[in-house]
Amino acid sequence: MTVMIDVKGLDKEFGGVHAIEGLEFSVEQGQIYSVIGPNGAGKTTLFNLITGFYTPTRGEITLNGESVVGMDPNRLAERGMCRTFQQMQICMNMTALENVMLGRHLKIRSNLFTSMFRLPSLLREEKACRERSKELMAFVGCGEYINTEASAMSYGALKRLEIARALAADPKILLLDEPAAGLNGTETAELEELIRKVAEQGVTVMLVEHDMKLVMGISDRLLVINYGRKLAEGTPEEIRNNPDVIAAYLGG
Amino acid sequence: MFSEFLQYLFTGITIGATYALVALGFTIIYNASHVINFAQGEFLMIGGMGTVAFMGLGIPMFFAIILAVLLACLVGIALQRLAIAPAKNADVVTLIIITIGASIFIRGIAQVVWGKDYHVVPPFSGDEPIRLGGAVLNSQSLWVLGIGAVLVIALILFFTRTLIGRAILGTSMNKLAAQLVGVKTQMVLMLAFGLSALLGSVAGVTVAPITFTAYDIGILLALKGFVAAAMGGLGSGLGAVVGGILLGVVEAMTAGYISSEYKDAVAFSMILLVLFFMPRGLFGGRTVERV
Amino acid sequence: MFDRFLEWRMNYVLVLAIIVFVIPLLMENPFYFDLATQILIIAATVVGLNLLVGYAGQISLGHAGFYGMGAYFSAVATSAYNWPPLLALIVAAAVVGLVAWVVGRPILKLKGHYLSMATLAVGFIIAIIINNESQLTGGPDGMVVPPFSLFGWELSTFGLYSLLGLEIPGHVAWYLVAGVLLLVAVIIAQNLIDSPLGRALRSIHGSEIAARTVGVDTARYKSMVFVISAVYASIMGSVFAHFTGFITPAIAGFDYSIVLITMVVLGGMASPMGVILGAVVLKLLPQFLAGFQEYETAIFGFILMATMIFMPKGFYPTAMNAIRNKLGKSSGGKA
Repeated sequence: MTVMIDVKGLDKEFGGVHAIEGLEFSVEQGQIYSVIGPNGAGKTTLFNLITGFYTPTRGEITLNGESVVGMDPNRLAERGMCRTFQQMQICMNMTALENVMLGRHLKIRSNLFTSMFRLPSLLREEKACRERSKELMAFVGCGEYINTEASAMSYGALKRLEIARALAADPKILLLDEPAAGLNGTETAELEELIRKVAEQGVTVMLVEHDMKLVMGISDRLLVINYGRKLAEGTPEEIRNNPDVIAAYLGG
Repeated sequence: MFSEFLQYLFTGITIGATYALVALGFTIIYNASHVINFAQGEFLMIGGMGTVAFMGLGIPMFFAIILAVLLACLVGIALQRLAIAPAKNADVVTLIIITIGASIFIRGIAQVVWGKDYHVVPPFSGDEPIRLGGAVLNSQSLWVLGIGAVLVIALILFFTRTLIGRAILGTSMNKLAAQLVGVKTQMVLMLAFGLSALLGSVAGVTVAPITFTAYDIGILLALKGFVAAAMGGLGSGLGAVVGGILLGVVEAMTAGYISSEYKDAVAFSMILLVLFFMPRGLFGGRTVERV
Repeated sequence: MFDRFLEWRMNYVLVLAIIVFVIPLLMENPFYFDLATQILIIAATVVGLNLLVGYAGQISLGHAGFYGMGAYFSAVATSAYNWPPLLALIVAAAVVGLVAWVVGRPILKLKGHYLSMATLAVGFIIAIIINNESQLTGGPDGMVVPPFSLFGWELSTFGLYSLLGLEIPGHVAWYLVAGVLLLVAVIIAQNLIDSPLGRALRSIHGSEIAARTVGVDTARYKSMVFVISAVYASIMGSVFAHFTGFITPAIAGFDYSIVLITMVVLGGMASPMGVILGAVVLKLLPQFLAGFQEYETAIFGFILMATMIFMPKGFYPTAMNAIRNKLGKSSGGKA
């Protein structure tokens, strides 16, 4: 197994407050790796550090063996990293399909010249992009929204749409920030199925999630953090029996 | 040599003090509502032109000034009530166009009511110049600096010592929280516009004896004030004052030593340089992008 | 058949073409042609500006600077250095594009009000240079521009031309040329919007964060669209200079920048037809206000404010929505 993400001695301070402190862990290729912890534990901050939205105060993050500290999100995307957000980031000025097609941005070779004159090469590429995006929409279960404006879609559908957009980039690693938040039981079950299918295709998945049932069910490994520090790491079984975790979750 | 430098410095600080007051006006409104009020310069115009007009009616200068300032405050409050408040959820571009529209509207009305002529406001205390180190200091410059300093101190006291001042600050930091503790945010916004108009019109009338006044002086002053505010860092009171004085001095030095035609170009090049290297101005706070 | 027309992405271009080419059949007075040609030129300029403001969501309060720079580059190059007008126009566009790229890279990192300040400053600096370099530009008094010519064939509003056996006076010929230019400007803009590049631009407006996570180099795309809109302005500025034959620094000034951005916002952002309508309305307004010259400024300011307060999306989208709702009701659709 090759290591996809390796984090060493990661620190993030906001005006003297430690949001993340001395965090170390690694995610292997093809795993479903979840990060859990109480509210305000620093889960989303960790995601923002890995995906380049924040720069660490100290520490090292490598992606496929390459150091990616301080790299912009768009350059990380070029290296196969894609993500979704707790506060969904959907382009409401576009249709659902266009949002997914946007996900294939890096796969498209057309340039200013072919765009201005709408040359045949561009049309071929756009057709392929549209087909692939429709497939992905069907794959995540929002095939019926192809011609819908994003602004007219329901919350649950938008959540799936955001995953479709991330998948459109053919990522090697996909980070999902609270994908089940706000979903009902059926929707969560569908989501679990979807994450499994994505992982089966060889995509490494990192997950921040509150829904314990979901997390315990699908994760290969879990990282528990509290106050920005590692509390425990291991398989769902190990985590379930870890006294520190039990204390943190039950003893408060 | 030195007396020449001193002369430019005096000129620069005087005009800089005016820019600082315009910039402070921007800052107050920006802090209360995140609107950049392009009509800020019109308050200066109303201050100057209003004084001229009221004096024309035979009203003594002192009372004419007070009436002009009151008029500006009324216009400021009306601007907030009638133009800004109804456009609640407008985006930045729309709000900018609204205030630009307001500025053009006010200028248009002033042109109809007061005409297109240039006017002189008499100096507050005679036109005897003061000699200092070989340079000549206009006595009106002392008025500008003195009134500027008094206004700045009064503002500091107002925002730190009075309940209303704190309410405005609180609203600027967190509108919802302020509402929850009982601050009437609409009231606060009106007050902010009124206060900003007060600053602008006082600045306008004090500087009018030096610079002349006319219906169309507002726009360039507003832009210079915006430059000063952006240079200092939008939202920072200290930044507005420093930015204003700095801009005034640099302009005066450029006009004196390089070329008076290019003094405005220097102001605008300066703001570009500041923004290139310090995207939030000299005193602007850093904010963390939330995702 | 009609349905397919409604779905066609270029349907409005056809409508526009019909309007543009039917109008000359209804007009005779050269004054109207002059006004209409000016409208076409400025409309093409704001179609370009709309790519930046309406689609990418970035503001520019200094775009007249680029327009004026193109106009003056053409004017100086053709009059003082005898360059062929087409060459001058192309070089002007390249130079303006370069300037926009150089200043655009750092300023487009700025957000909101800081960006509006920076673009305003760039426009102002260009206008001040044009005003002060009077040995080249004639300064505030303006300068005369030679008529447009190509391979010795001159296009002047005072000339007389024949096309397909028809006698066409110069002012009509200019109108037709400007009309074709507007259509080309619209088609290219629409092609860009409908391309992956346009999608990336719109995503910057929709969610810059989303754009970055899928790999859009937002800084690069913002500078690209800034350059494109500046080049649009420069080319149309050059065309305007040759058309009127006399230009003053006012076309590069702050007030004119405001007029340009107002056309974009007034008619309807992110809609080519909307911004063209904005250009038409704003250019015609002074004609309607001719009787109230004294009140012109106040009325202009009032209309600006009122439209933005009550129709923040602009005339065109507001009107289209109203029409769509009406149609939906009358045809029994679920409205």
